[in-house]
Parts: sequence; C-alpha cells; structure tokens
Amino acid sequence: MSMLKVEDVNVYYGSIHAIKGVSFEVNQGEIVTLIGANGAGKSTTLNTVSGLLKPKSGTIEFEGKSVVGVPAHKILREGMALCPEGRRIFSQLTVEENLQMGAYTRPNSEIADSIADIYDRFPRLKERYKQVAGTLSGGEQQMLAMGRALMSKPKLLMLDEPSMGLAPILVEQIFEIIVEMNKRGTTILLVEQNAQMALSIAHRGYVLETGRVVSTGTGAELLNDDAVRKAYLGG
Amino acid sequence: MLTNLINGISLGSVYAIIALGYTMVYGIAKMLNFAHGDVIMIGGYAAFCTATYWNWPPAFAVLFAIVVCTALGIIIEKLAYKPLREATSLAVLITAIGVSYFLQNSALLIWSSNPKSFPNMISIPSITVGSAQISGTAIVTILANIVIMIALTIFTSKTKVGKAMRAVSEDKGAAQLMGINVNQTISLTFAIGSGLAAIAGVLLCSAYPTLMPTTGAMPGIKAFTAAVFGGIGSIPGAMIGGVLLGIIEIFGKAYISTQLSDAIVFAVLIIVLIVKPTGLLGKPVREKV
Repeated sequence: MSMLKVEDVNVYYGSIHAIKGVSFEVNQGEIVTLIGANGAGKSTTLNTVSGLLKPKSGTIEFEGKSVVGVPAHKILREGMALCPEGRRIFSQLTVEENLQMGAYTRPNSEIADSIADIYDRFPRLKERYKQVAGTLSGGEQQMLAMGRALMSKPKLLMLDEPSMGLAPILVEQIFEIIVEMNKRGTTILLVEQNAQMALSIAHRGYVLETGRVVSTGTGAELLNDDAVRKAYLGG
Repeated sequence: MLTNLINGISLGSVYAIIALGYTMVYGIAKMLNFAHGDVIMIGGYAAFCTATYWNWPPAFAVLFAIVVCTALGIIIEKLAYKPLREATSLAVLITAIGVSYFLQNSALLIWSSNPKSFPNMISIPSITVGSAQISGTAIVTILANIVIMIALTIFTSKTKVGKAMRAVSEDKGAAQLMGINVNQTISLTFAIGSGLAAIAGVLLCSAYPTLMPTTGAMPGIKAFTAAVFGGIGSIPGAMIGGVLLGIIEIFGKAYISTQLSDAIVFAVLIIVLIVKPTGLLGKPVREKV
C-alpha cells in the first residue's frame, strides 16, 4: 500500500496554472525523487503536499487519509515533515533552539533524547549548539535544516533541493545522509535539480515538465532513459 | 537634577511598556498597530470605572483593566487585522488608523469628552533621596517596567511558546512546517501587548490623572517613536528607547523649553534614524542564500 498517494492535483498561483494534474505515489521505505528543470513545479508539489499551498482540485492521501485542505501545522502531526527549499532555518535562534522548534509538536520529555540523537548524526551541530544559526556555513545550515525536520520523527520526510548551493564534497555528504536516514526507516520524497545524484540513490523517480509528470520509472531506468539523459543529465 | 532624572525614567518606563506592545506586534505580524495607544485609554477607563463607580480595590481594578484590554486586543486582531493577513501593508495601516478612531469615538460616546479625574491607585508614600523626592507612582512604574522586562526576556528565551514566537517572527512558513500554529501565536502576541497596554494605562493615569478619550493618542505616538528609536522588533530596544525618550522629554522640559519638549523628542528620533536607520538595537535585514 502506498504511504502517500497524490492524484490528479491541480495548483494555481492566481491565474497561473502551476501544477497540471500531477499524480504520483510514495511507498513505505522508498526514496522517491521528483526531478525537472526550474519552474517545472517540483517545489510547488511539495509545498502542496505539506499544506502550505491548497490545491484547486485532486486528492492527496497520506496513509489512506485525505490531507487536502489540512493546514501545514497539522500535517506535520500526521507524520509528514518538509525540509524546505533554501533551508529556512531560524537564523536568529541558536542551533539547539532550531532543533527544539523541530520537535514543537512532541512532548517535552522526549526532546532531549532526540536532540542527542541528531547530534550523534551531525557532530558539527553539537560543536555549535549554542551558536546563532545564521552564523553557520551553508553545509552546516543544511544539516541543521535536515536535523530540524527529523526532530518531529516523521514517517515521510520531504526534502526540497537539499544540495542547492553546496560544494560538491558537501553534496555527496548530504546524499549519504539521506540514504542513511532511509536505511533507518524514514521514507523519503526528494526534489532535486541535481538529477544525476538524485536518481542514483532513488528507488523510483518522476520527471516533471511545466507542471506535468512526463516520465516515470526506477532510478536506474530514468538514468538510462535517452530523453531524460538529454534533458537533465547533460547528454 | 536627580528628581528630573527619576521623573524621566518613570515617564520613560510608561513609554517602554507601551512600546513593547508596538514592537512585539510588529515583530510577529509585521504591522504597525496604531490603535495600540487607544487600548491604553480603554485600560485607563476600565480601571477608572471599577475603582470609582464600583469601589473595587486598586489591585482588582488593575486586573480588570488587564482582562478587558487583553480581550480587546484579541478581538481587534481577529476582526480587523486577521482578514487582511494577505493584504498590502498600506491596507493594514489604514485599518489600524480606523480602529484607533473607532476606539476613541466609542469612548467619547460612552464616557463623553469631559475629562475624568483618575483616582489615586498607588498608595505608597514618596521617599526622599538627598534633595530629590521620588513619588510612589514613580517607584511603582519603574519597578513594573523592570519586572515586565525580565519576565518577557525569560518568556521569549526560555519557554517553548516564547521561542515559537521568535520563530514565527522570523519565518511564518517555516514555523508552520514545525507544527506551530501561526494564527494562535499572532493572537497571543496581541493579547500580551494589549495586557501590557492596560498596565501602562493605569501607570500613565496615575502619573497624569486626567482621563479623556484622546488620552492614549500622544503617549501612543511617543511610544511608537520609542520603539523605532530602539529598533522596532527588538524587545530590549523598546525598553531602552522608551526610557531614553522619557529622560529626553523631561530634561527638555526642565532645561530648554516646555513647549518645545515634544519637538526635541522627535528631533532626536530623526537624528538617530539618519545615523542608524534601524534604530539603536535594530538588526539590519540580512539575507543568506
């Protein structure tokens, strides 16, 4: 059974039809990626699933339950967390306060353990726990954003462009962390411009073009697909 | 000299408590609530009515004023500002001015334009330090300011809800993704700001015991000036801005000219904004991609 099922969703920005009948699903334990060029509607799709945007029509079901029209702060409680594009950490709050905010919906007694767990995974964050988050480097900020999203203990973690603006070595590191999180049982929905990297770790992928799904397959199939190679992988 | 300084700090403390309401609401909702000064006036009348007509003891009168203003703040936000969450800031600003006139004219209708003489609520005797005499009202005002400052600092830096408030003020979308209810947080901010306005109203009327429907207007504008002076959005900024403004005003009155004291206050604001456009403690807006 699919964990997340998106069917025929249409989203508008004013009069602009940004998402045109997109359907896809994510199964328990998978890494699924949405790839596509700038403006294809990848982020809009994630923002819609997470409740920040409301679709005009279509259905979104999480674990068999419709979540269309549920506001973002309640969707998190269902078990879906979004690590947004551009990281959007709270730059005036300290590293630790950012992590605490990630666990906002959870009982206070569990927070300390979860923070210790995040510090185990991201030792850099532990070194800087008292620092104001705005002073972190780009890579550290991305780790903080991912750690913060994990603090709600999501069943499904949505990542929007986690590699954006990072040096190649950091990109590799971030992707390793994603695979590792998946192995520990978190289902991942990944949006990336770095199609090569995304497809190489994903179980399945969907290719978006101007608001439509134009192609789908396993990660390996899409990596070897001529049209996909031409458009997104530089030939 | 010392008397003037104490009076300045006392008046400035009232400005600071009012400025906190402006600055907190601005920090969270990114709007200037120009009706805030009139909430002070309502707080003054609420305390006046309970103390004079119903003979409540001062502590209960103050408590009643806080309850009235807190409720008023929440209602104003819900009815007037919440529907405009996505509107342009100009529309919100005009609405705030509208709410301000609405409150003033409602007060005019209920209590008429005749000034009411505010009862003496603070029965602490004045103390004499050297050549200076410090009134009980001044002592209570300054202490109230310090207590409020400490309480708010602890609230925003130590409690979960307070931290969430700071998170919302920085990025509403990201805060929602953390499971924070942004509307509730904004509502809470208005509640706190308006509750503080009630305290400020009682303190103001205790120091200057004439109560009229326009009583809140000028202190409101001065406190707004104090908030900008200290750096709008910053809680310690509001505190420092308020106290400095009060000192400048009293010293201007005492040593330069009574008529010009307001002009001096605003001239100082203009100079500060020329030198440091974000105010004394305001942080420059910095975007990191």
